[in-house]
Amino acid sequence: MAVRTLIRKNAYYDSVVLMSVSGRIAEQEGVSDAMVAMATDMNKELLDGIGLLTPAISGCGANDLLIVVRALDETICEQAVAQAEAALSQRAGNLQGNAAPPPATLNAAVRALPPANLVVISVPGAYAAREAWQALRQGLHVMMFSDNVSIEEEKSLKAYAHEAGLLMMGPDCGTAIVNQVGLCFANAVKPGVVGVVGASGTGIQEVTVLLDRYGGGVSQVLGVGGRDLSEAVGGRMMLDCLRALSWDEATKVIVLISKPPAAAVADRILKAARQSGKPMVVCFIGSEPVVKVEDNLYFTGSLEAASRQAAALARGETEAVIPRDDSQAVREWAAGRRKMLSPGQKFIRGLFCGGTLCDEAVAVVGRAVGPVYGNTIKDPQRRLQDATVSQRHSFIDLGDDAFTVGKPHPMIEPGLRLPRLLQEARDPDVAVILLDVLLGYGSHPDPVGVTLPAIEEALRLSREAGRHLEIICYLCGTGQDPQNYRDQETRLNAAGVTLASSNAAAARMAAAMVG
Amino acid sequence: MKLIQELFGQKLAIINMGTDTFRQDMLDQGADVVQMDWRPPAGGNVELMNALDRLEAEEAVIQAANARALAAILSAQPVLVDVDTALKVVPGMTPQTILHAGPPIAWERMAGPMKGAVIGALLYEGLAADEAAAIALAASGRIRFAPCHEHSAVGPMAGIVSASMPVQILENKTHGNRSYCTLNEGLGKVLRYGAYSAEVIDRLRWIEKELGPALQAAVRLSGGIDVRSLISQALHMGDECHNRNKAGTSLFIRAIAPWLLKAELPRDTQVRVLEFIHSNDHFFLNLSMPACKAALDAAHGVEGSTVVTTMCRNGVEFGIRVSGCSGNTWFTGPAQMVQGLLFPGFTREDANPDIGDSAITETCGIGGFAMGGAPAIVQFVGGSVEDAVRYSQTMHEITLTENSNYSNPNLNFRGAATGIDVRKVVRTGILPVINTGMAHKEAGIGQVGAGIVHPPRECFDQALLALADRISL
Repeated sequence: MAVRTLIRKNAYYDSVVLMSVSGRIAEQEGVSDAMVAMATDMNKELLDGIGLLTPAISGCGANDLLIVVRALDETICEQAVAQAEAALSQRAGNLQGNAAPPPATLNAAVRALPPANLVVISVPGAYAAREAWQALRQGLHVMMFSDNVSIEEEKSLKAYAHEAGLLMMGPDCGTAIVNQVGLCFANAVKPGVVGVVGASGTGIQEVTVLLDRYGGGVSQVLGVGGRDLSEAVGGRMMLDCLRALSWDEATKVIVLISKPPAAAVADRILKAARQSGKPMVVCFIGSEPVVKVEDNLYFTGSLEAASRQAAALARGETEAVIPRDDSQAVREWAAGRRKMLSPGQKFIRGLFCGGTLCDEAVAVVGRAVGPVYGNTIKDPQRRLQDATVSQRHSFIDLGDDAFTVGKPHPMIEPGLRLPRLLQEARDPDVAVILLDVLLGYGSHPDPVGVTLPAIEEALRLSREAGRHLEIICYLCGTGQDPQNYRDQETRLNAAGVTLASSNAAAARMAAAMVG
Repeated sequence: MKLIQELFGQKLAIINMGTDTFRQDMLDQGADVVQMDWRPPAGGNVELMNALDRLEAEEAVIQAANARALAAILSAQPVLVDVDTALKVVPGMTPQTILHAGPPIAWERMAGPMKGAVIGALLYEGLAADEAAAIALAASGRIRFAPCHEHSAVGPMAGIVSASMPVQILENKTHGNRSYCTLNEGLGKVLRYGAYSAEVIDRLRWIEKELGPALQAAVRLSGGIDVRSLISQALHMGDECHNRNKAGTSLFIRAIAPWLLKAELPRDTQVRVLEFIHSNDHFFLNLSMPACKAALDAAHGVEGSTVVTTMCRNGVEFGIRVSGCSGNTWFTGPAQMVQGLLFPGFTREDANPDIGDSAITETCGIGGFAMGGAPAIVQFVGGSVEDAVRYSQTMHEITLTENSNYSNPNLNFRGAATGIDVRKVVRTGILPVINTGMAHKEAGIGQVGAGIVHPPRECFDQALLALADRISL
């Protein structure tokens, strides 16, 4: 084995860029380890762990670029390093094409773009709060995609934003659509009268996509970050967003999305929701889909039901047709498929890129066919001891930290899911594999293209083993998304994948097959 | 809440800090987006980030202190008022004192060119008869070495000032303080590059006996020559007043010539003096440097101020002083190698690390900071005009104000980036850019090239920590 290290002092690159370059280098024939990264303490530890830390690297800091490759021989090492350098300099070249130098400080950015009104922050969490403070103090709204920000910091940022009348979306806010511009991970949906506020990125994506399918459209879509409705933060930003949407004349109907919050926080949120006066769909994910009505509030536990209800309200109707867990059509479809299964095939394996989509599917399947295990389930009885090994019905959120340390989120790199897909396909107990594919801004340009080879391999493996494997997929996206929705759908169909009309529908179909 | 309502009615203008792919998506949707060239603040160093936070809490105090320091720099009016012997006028000067460039350094650790210049000065002063005696004397402890900067003086390259040398005296008419600098000897074999041959010593004697007195007479007759005004004009004529001084030197000749004639000096003297100044494009450097020094000294010692008042190098170490750490508190780090073009016949190995007090020009917002207005210098230091303009623009990221006296025609007459803030340097990681000459590492060979150099980061890191300890309780 040969090792080659290249250090470039004071050459900072964004981690997403580095991880994608790293990934491409690691795939090269003959390369066993590759790291293209900034010399942060964490990355130095990672290198130490695989025996590649040198004194020169130890002396580097977070602004120094490392390219470290271990490969079969010197030539491969050299080529890999050169390739990494070329990939990085290509990007630098693009930037230099602009006339003015990109601003290095927020002040300079504000001068470069008057009148700036929003800052999108996706820098590493350790620095994100500091940048958000600067933005808020300058009177700028903030959307913070970054996570790993302390809850104390989140509280004080949101308290300040509240006093100043500013949006502080996040930390860990993945999705928003402000003035019809999708921010970070968002789908291209039609404009309309539904205002959405949510504490869940993929939950928001699912609702906005389904709304679009059901003929509705959105006015504003605001994210508040996954911890906003915790007791510590107390729903601070959710309350502000609810008020803003209540006053917004373009918003006629409001959808509120969150995991079920603590009782005290729920009380506060619902009080504000009642005061809003506008019809409001409250979706605390996981409970029954059936819609319960209290005054102006429509409660449901399903993203799909919430979307249908909101679409109906937007049309001026109060009642919506809500698909039941055990619809006749699904039962009939499942009965046909079940005949193809071998006796031992009893279980569903869900492999999700979207965390909330995973949660929703766990709830649907859990209600229908009993205990579901997973890596993000709170109940210790149902939580997988080892996230890399499934048991019975197991639903895996591949965007969870356990899988994404030092790697991009599977929405950006759906390839992360492929080895697991094959692993589940080899398990003779598995009847159904459930997949989500998220389209839209921010997501991979061709997630189906990345996933298809593994799907085909999985189906081949089970065929050769004399089994029928059902792969059910939900494609969360719209026809206007930058990826070609039709094309993605056609290719999945052609490969023999069953497509569902919503995430909940996919879960219902899977449950019906094994129920 | 009102602001959120307003946002809903506005066109989105987004600053994207982080992942570039988000920028492209937002642009595709018709939003105005500016991508930031974001880096971890303070290089991700927790101790420095904490120091920045501590200072942030004292923002009001710091802002007031910096306002005073900046007002001093901007209002300074350095005027050449006299030329006289160093021993007579430089504060603290003695016959056994040798002033040098950069932060304090002992004889043993001095760089080659500085050692050569010390030998030359001892020979010139008659304190040693030959090279060996000079070396013995320098090492004996009987010579007092001190930074020019600690004696209101500045010197280019080795920056050696000894007792008998004539110095130009600049008075800051606004604040009353004075600064001092020797007369520039020209290029080639000269003391400031460490040469000490007979030719060098003879020239120093001529400067002492003829040039100094002639200029003294002319300057005294003139009633004072406004150097700030000369710098302002030179900046509009393609000089940056550090590495290019063609225009400044020409303007000085125009200013001094009538007074040289009126001084009724012998005609031969007048001719030799004017020819000497004319033959040396860098004559004006020894006026722009003390002009900057006079302005910055007026801003030094303001408690609570984070403004850098000195940047200088002795060929081994780079040193800075900060207004809020009064007196001679130096923050140092290793002098860096200059990146640029080498004259034919020299290699990178021939170059000495960065040396000289001339970075006082950058400290005052000109020199490398004003490179964008000096396109002719650009090739000399090995870059493009775009690079030069970008350097000048970028320096505004680490400075607190603009000096409208020193404006830049290529940037629509934007004032020079003035008042380097230690906090901004540490936070952004952007280091001041310095245009400079490269000295040969061996004494007496002279200039081997020119280029660009930055201070070592640790100077600013240390200064920040010291300021945090001083300002925040």
